[in-house]
Formats: sequence, structure tokens, C-alpha cells
Amino acid sequence: MLLREVDYAKPASLAEALELLAANDGARALAGGQTLINVMKARAASPDLLVDLHGLEELRGIELAADGTLTIGAMTTYSELIRSAEAKARPILGEVCAQIADVQVRNRGTVGGNVCSNDPTNHLPPLMVAIGARMTIAGPGGEREVPAEEFFLGVYMTAVGPGELLTRITVPAGRKDGFASVTLGADGTCICNAAATVNGAVRVALGCVDAVPVLVSAASPDEVAAAVRAAGLTPPADVHASSEYRAHLAEVLASRAAREAAEH
Amino acid sequence: MQIRVTVNGTTYERDVEPRKLLIHFLRDDLDLTGSHIGCDTGNCGACSVIVDGVLLKSCMLLAVQADGANVETVEGLAADEELTPLQRSFNEHHALQCGYCTPGMLMSATALLRENPSPSEAEIEKALQGNICRCTGYWNIVEAVKAVTR
Repeated sequence: MLLREVDYAKPASLAEALELLAANDGARALAGGQTLINVMKARAASPDLLVDLHGLEELRGIELAADGTLTIGAMTTYSELIRSAEAKARPILGEVCAQIADVQVRNRGTVGGNVCSNDPTNHLPPLMVAIGARMTIAGPGGEREVPAEEFFLGVYMTAVGPGELLTRITVPAGRKDGFASVTLGADGTCICNAAATVNGAVRVALGCVDAVPVLVSAASPDEVAAAVRAAGLTPPADVHASSEYRAHLAEVLASRAAREAAEH
Repeated sequence: MQIRVTVNGTTYERDVEPRKLLIHFLRDDLDLTGSHIGCDTGNCGACSVIVDGVLLKSCMLLAVQADGANVETVEGLAADEELTPLQRSFNEHHALQCGYCTPGMLMSATALLRENPSPSEAEIEKALQGNICRCTGYWNIVEAVKAVTR
């Protein structure tokens, strides 16, 4: 398919990338492109300039600190994360990334792209909210850190503003996590998903039920379903699921993810 | 933009528009029509190629992004007209019907076997997940890959 005409730049540094994004209203960051290129084919997005983030060393790499904190570069691909010895410190990360789409997409698609596109059916937004990740955003004025809970603002919208870039995601230590989903075919698009972590109480973040992940807390996995019900969700309806069915799935999947987290 | 891409060992220098997808560069500019366009939406995997050792769908990559890269397509598998064991196995196991998905299937299976010469059946299925066969001939495709595992 022929895309609309677009300019292309491949900056050599983060500073240069930020300058390009700030100087062009129609500029758009190109990460793995596994969403953006298709969105451009459909003309749902028509950027004037693609700023290719490949080759920016500042956005790469996975580091494990002595206290178990993981720092994941935004341009880390799903496959890199799945294979990373460091990332095994928080096993749920690789487990969930291995459920995204297929080998080809996992080889090119990035962790940063998944959270920044913030499609409500994506896997990583609820996961990052549940495990209490922190997002580092770079802009013309320097860096700032935003908790995942405040990062997702709306459908396809995040705290990353015009002229800014997500540079890395910081994940605290922990192992008691779970993830459950109902998908369109194995590893397909989620109809509903839930990520959970147990750290004293249970934190569950639900995907696909609202514009942004919905965070629900409960004292124990057995109380999660009631907590989800009390949240009064009114999920969107589409050809795959009615609103009522999605609300039902939310309860079931939240409980499943919470039990998995408790058992880890 | 001027780009320089090595495909199956031959280096090509071409002037391309940034909007051109890698699959169109391969098929239209280089006349390498082995890689197919099945869906144009990133779903079917018929356009799968290996770029710098990594299996990708060439309809979700711009040609300019392959500047400086080493690309392998289905045409590069059978060096000197000699089929690879995997290609022979596809033939022997009747692993293609209409053949449209075959170039992508071969590249995905090639990438799998390089990384893991002894995959389980489940690992083969997972590795071919991104490739859709409209004839639904998956059984024989998996059998063909299984037959060349070590």
C-alpha cells in the first residue's frame, strides 16, 4: 500500500530527536512501527515527518540494580525483553510480552511503543499500572518521571506531550504478579485483560474496559471480583463483546490474575 | 533518499521515497517478487524477510529503515539452485497448496531453525503464528518443519 508522502529523519542522539520533534508540528516518533505504519496505511495518522528512534543508544538496554529495580529502555523490543536475563528479575514482563501478536511483531515492536500508543486493548498499559512502573519522559526542559497510574490519559493519549519522548520505564522489584486475558485467537488482540500484583493487598489493573487502565484494589484475591463489580465499569461494546460481557470478563480475569499473582 | 541495501548477498543502491515500504522496494525496485503481499495490513506474514538476522514483516518497515541492512528473502535460500533441506521437506510433505504463504512460512521456519535447531511441535507452531495459510494447510507445514529438526 502506498503511504501518504512523508519525510524521514534518523537522528543520531536523543537531543537531536527532541529538536526534530519540537521543530515540526507534524512530526511523529517512529519506534518499532508495528502499529504506526499500519495506522498510516489506513490514513488514520498522516504525519509529515517520521523521526526514527532506531539507533538512539539512550533508549536501549535493560539494567538490573542491586535492589532488584529494573530500568528498561523505551526502544527495547518484546523479543529482547523476553530473552533478557536481567528482565527475568520480574518474570511477568517476559511472560506477557511473549503473548503479544507473533514472532515478527515481537522482533520489531517495542515496549515504549506499546505504552505510548495506549490502545486500550494493549497488554502493557495495565501491566505497568499494576506493577507500579514509573515512566521517564524527556523533553526540551529535561527529564521528568511520571507514575504509570498517571501516564495513561485517554485512548491513544499519554503524558508524553508534543516534542517529548518516553526514554525508559523503571520497574520496582517483585515477583508476585499475574496476567489473564481473553483474546481473539491465541496471542491475538485482547477482548479484556487484567494484570495483578500482590504486595500485601492485591492491585489489579484492567485493560479494554475503559479509555485507560482501571486500577482496583482488594485485600485478597477472593475479594477481587466484588471490588471489580463495585467499580461500576461500563466497558465499550463492539463486534467481539457486549458491554455486559466485557464487564463479566473483567471480574473473571481480575480474579484469575490475582490468584496467579498470589501463587507466585 | 539514497539507500544502500544488501539483499541475498548483492548490494543495491537506489533512490527511494521515504514512504515506500520494504516489500515494495524488494518487489518493484529490485524485481525480487518471491516475497508476497498477502494482506498489506501486517496480519498474514507472507512478506516475512530476515533483516540483519531478525525475522520481520517487510510491509511494516520502510525501505529507508533498511538502509545499510543485510536482507534475506526466499530467493536467497536456494543457493546455486540447490533447495535447502527445509524447502525439500516442504516439497516432500506437500506443505504447500496454493503456495502464496510459502515464502513467508519458509523464512519464519528458517529463522526458527537457526535459533533453535530442535524445536518442539509447540515451539514450531508458536514460531509460525505470524504466518497465515489461507488453504489452512498448517498440518503439513508443521510436519515439514518437524522433519528437518535435529
